[in-house]
Amino acid sequence: MSSGGSDRHQQRGRDVRAARLPVAEINRNFADMHPPLTRSEALIEADRCYFCFDAPCTTACPTGIDIPGFIQKIRSDNMKGSARTILEENIMGGMCARVCPTEVLCEEACVRNTHEDLPVRIGLLQRFATDPVFKQDIRLFARAPDSGQQVAVVGAGPAGLSCAHRLAMLGHNVVVFNRDRKPGGLNEYGIAAYKTLHDFAQREVQWIMDIGGIELRSEVTLGEDFTLASLMDEYDAVFLGIGLSDVNRLGLDNEEIDGVVDAVEYIATLRQTRDKSKLPVGRRIVVIGGGMTAIDVAVQSRKLGAEVVDMVYRRGPAQMGASSYEQEFALKNGVTLHHWARPVRILGDDTVTGMEFERTTLDKHGTLIGTGERWTIEADVVFKAVGQILGSDLPAAQNELLRTQGGKLSVNGERRTSIDGVWAGGDCIADGEDLTVTAVQDGKIAAIAIDRYLRGK
Amino acid sequence: MADLTSEFLGIHSPNPFWLASAPPTDKAYNVNRAFEAGWGGVVWKTLGEDPPIVNVNGPRYGAIHSNDRRVIGFNNIELITDRPLKTNLDEIRQIKRDWPDRAMVVSVMLPMNEPTWAKFVPMIEDTGADALELNFGCPHGMSERGMGAAVGQVPEYIQMAAEWCKKYARVPVIVKLTPNVTNILPPAKAAKAGGADAVSLINTVNSIMRVNYDTLTMYPTTDGMGSHGGYCGPAVKPIALHMVAEIARHQDTRGLPISGIGGIADWRDAVDFLALGASNVQVCTAAMVYGFKIIDDLTHGLSDFLDSKGMHSVGELVGKAVPSVTDWQYLNLNYVEKAVIDQDLCIKCGRCHIVCEDASHQAITKSINGSRHFEVIDEECVGCNLCVSVCPVDSCITMQQLTHGVDPRTGRPISSEKADWTTHPNNPMRK
Repeated sequence: MSSGGSDRHQQRGRDVRAARLPVAEINRNFADMHPPLTRSEALIEADRCYFCFDAPCTTACPTGIDIPGFIQKIRSDNMKGSARTILEENIMGGMCARVCPTEVLCEEACVRNTHEDLPVRIGLLQRFATDPVFKQDIRLFARAPDSGQQVAVVGAGPAGLSCAHRLAMLGHNVVVFNRDRKPGGLNEYGIAAYKTLHDFAQREVQWIMDIGGIELRSEVTLGEDFTLASLMDEYDAVFLGIGLSDVNRLGLDNEEIDGVVDAVEYIATLRQTRDKSKLPVGRRIVVIGGGMTAIDVAVQSRKLGAEVVDMVYRRGPAQMGASSYEQEFALKNGVTLHHWARPVRILGDDTVTGMEFERTTLDKHGTLIGTGERWTIEADVVFKAVGQILGSDLPAAQNELLRTQGGKLSVNGERRTSIDGVWAGGDCIADGEDLTVTAVQDGKIAAIAIDRYLRGK
Repeated sequence: MADLTSEFLGIHSPNPFWLASAPPTDKAYNVNRAFEAGWGGVVWKTLGEDPPIVNVNGPRYGAIHSNDRRVIGFNNIELITDRPLKTNLDEIRQIKRDWPDRAMVVSVMLPMNEPTWAKFVPMIEDTGADALELNFGCPHGMSERGMGAAVGQVPEYIQMAAEWCKKYARVPVIVKLTPNVTNILPPAKAAKAGGADAVSLINTVNSIMRVNYDTLTMYPTTDGMGSHGGYCGPAVKPIALHMVAEIARHQDTRGLPISGIGGIADWRDAVDFLALGASNVQVCTAAMVYGFKIIDDLTHGLSDFLDSKGMHSVGELVGKAVPSVTDWQYLNLNYVEKAVIDQDLCIKCGRCHIVCEDASHQAITKSINGSRHFEVIDEECVGCNLCVSVCPVDSCITMQQLTHGVDPRTGRPISSEKADWTTHPNNPMRK
């Protein structure tokens, strides 16, 4: 996805051009979605934390951060301790402070909601606590004595880097193989630009790598430059954090014509484009899908100056992958949400002109069916954001021992795959939640299991 | 509308709120502003002999803040007035002339010899001041010179100075007491014995605010060195209330008029002092922290409160709570309360559980049938009020009296008979 190769489709759409808005306005649109708290704001917010026993927020955090603990350390101006409390459970606590859907995780669990409907702003406090670590390059963790063991980690996304860091801490030597030019995975190429500004993703990766004992090999692809079998031969253990490299198709005719664009690739291009006013965007946009990618591409299109953005999802608001908070965010940004409709025809010969939809409903068995009612929406660009899948050329195909489930890698509670010595985590595993925070937890759990495995060898 | 007019030692003021002797009452400019804002009276910043003392030219104040920088505790190393005596006396005279309906009390601090008192007391009285307040309280600076708290800590000195003052004064004399003593009663008795018409309390508490974490010196400092100051503000109120109540209820001091001082910031604080025996109150820190405008809340709040109680004057409130203050030995040991958690209000923070678990009697559950649930175990609950104190939700946990049946903790029947330590079988000194 680093190539951004197919954005040629985008540029060839009917009414597609850059700089639809004045540069200053585009820059403003891509400013921090939630500006960081000032010190006094943070102290007041920290005071709102009740320091709960067996805190529900901690239980709700996929990485189990001691949230009341880190907030209490903000109160006492123990900033280094606060950051350590966060990062020792979640090495990407900096990115998660920006991108976690806190409204359905820690902040949803906050007991303040009971009477106030206004949780402690945990995400922003976490950012307040962790920002100094990256700004001032504060070292918090050291490596254990060298174990002499070598672990291969495939993928430098949140899962892979989390695993690599924990393994390095535990004294192992790690080689990280990364397909993209830059490390970071979706933190670098996927997350909406207004959630992580500037080069934060790279700074965070650099800070993680600085612990030592981690070697990064970039632009090498599993299945092309090396195989799972070769890694298993050369290394004492393998962790696969390979994400989902292919996107689902709509399964319609004309899917390859100009103006029908893969949302994941467009977002990657957007993230890698420093001057957003140089990025072409259509006047009328249709987004197919109901997950975070769909919301991100819809909102970012509006922020680039698209006049009309229609997001169409085949089921209702409750079934959308995007949280109600994210849906509301899209609405606030002028995106029109259409539920219960599915795409049936791409209009246009060489270049897309619109999309035909059919209204959907559930039959008495709860199966999604079309009602026959059809209508069209005009579009200069149609974004496909209907989910990603494990690459077909990837390890499952290379090793019949590697079991999958629903098209993703099968793992046990310790994130071990069906092959001895091979672990996996992040988006590529079954039941993965497609969140940075769960990927980090996968990497951490796997690293702890790998450590136990290596020491027992 | 309840009548807020106050008469203290025959001194009339439109309300019972005086500004205490302190920086806000140091000169005509401030006092004029205070009276314009509606304050009932002032105790003029303490006068001393000429030449006047000098103050440091660095920090005089230090504060303890909440996280949103509300001042919780405050301390100072400012001394008595540093202006010439004549300047002060002229201004006092003019102010009293301009504001005849307001109380004008003048604080004085003089060396411990009678001729000085004989010389200065009439001079001050000549301004038309309504009363004198003897500063036997300041714990810093002046005490090193044998004045202020150095006098207030020795009952015999208090009595001696009070006698001298009374001998030369025609107006009432109030003795301001220091809390830097182990027992407030001897100083209060000494003041009374010396003929003082009233006591005012408390002055400030000896204190060091904190350390500077960069320099590892005390904070604040003057040129790298610091000296203890007088602590005041909301944090000292409970100390003051105890001392006021002691004087109000003790047989030797009962009836001695009290002007209550110490951490009064809003009308409820004033109710505390009045109900525990003060006839009026003095305010300093809150005015220093927020300005004179707080008088609006003090007067309106107190007036509405008196209305809500069906009281027509401040006097009806004075001392109301004094009969409820007693010695521990007279507390009814047969009285049993248990904490009760209102599950509809409970937000499940678990604070009650963890404090009971770690610091009290393991009397609150953390789960019931596997789900997060906080409930009092009556068999363990000693009724200590810790959970009530830490619960962040107002009225979610309440203490409720067991009126009949058996206390599940002790297995003893609930008795309506009173029984206290004086008759308890475990008391070797029982009656």
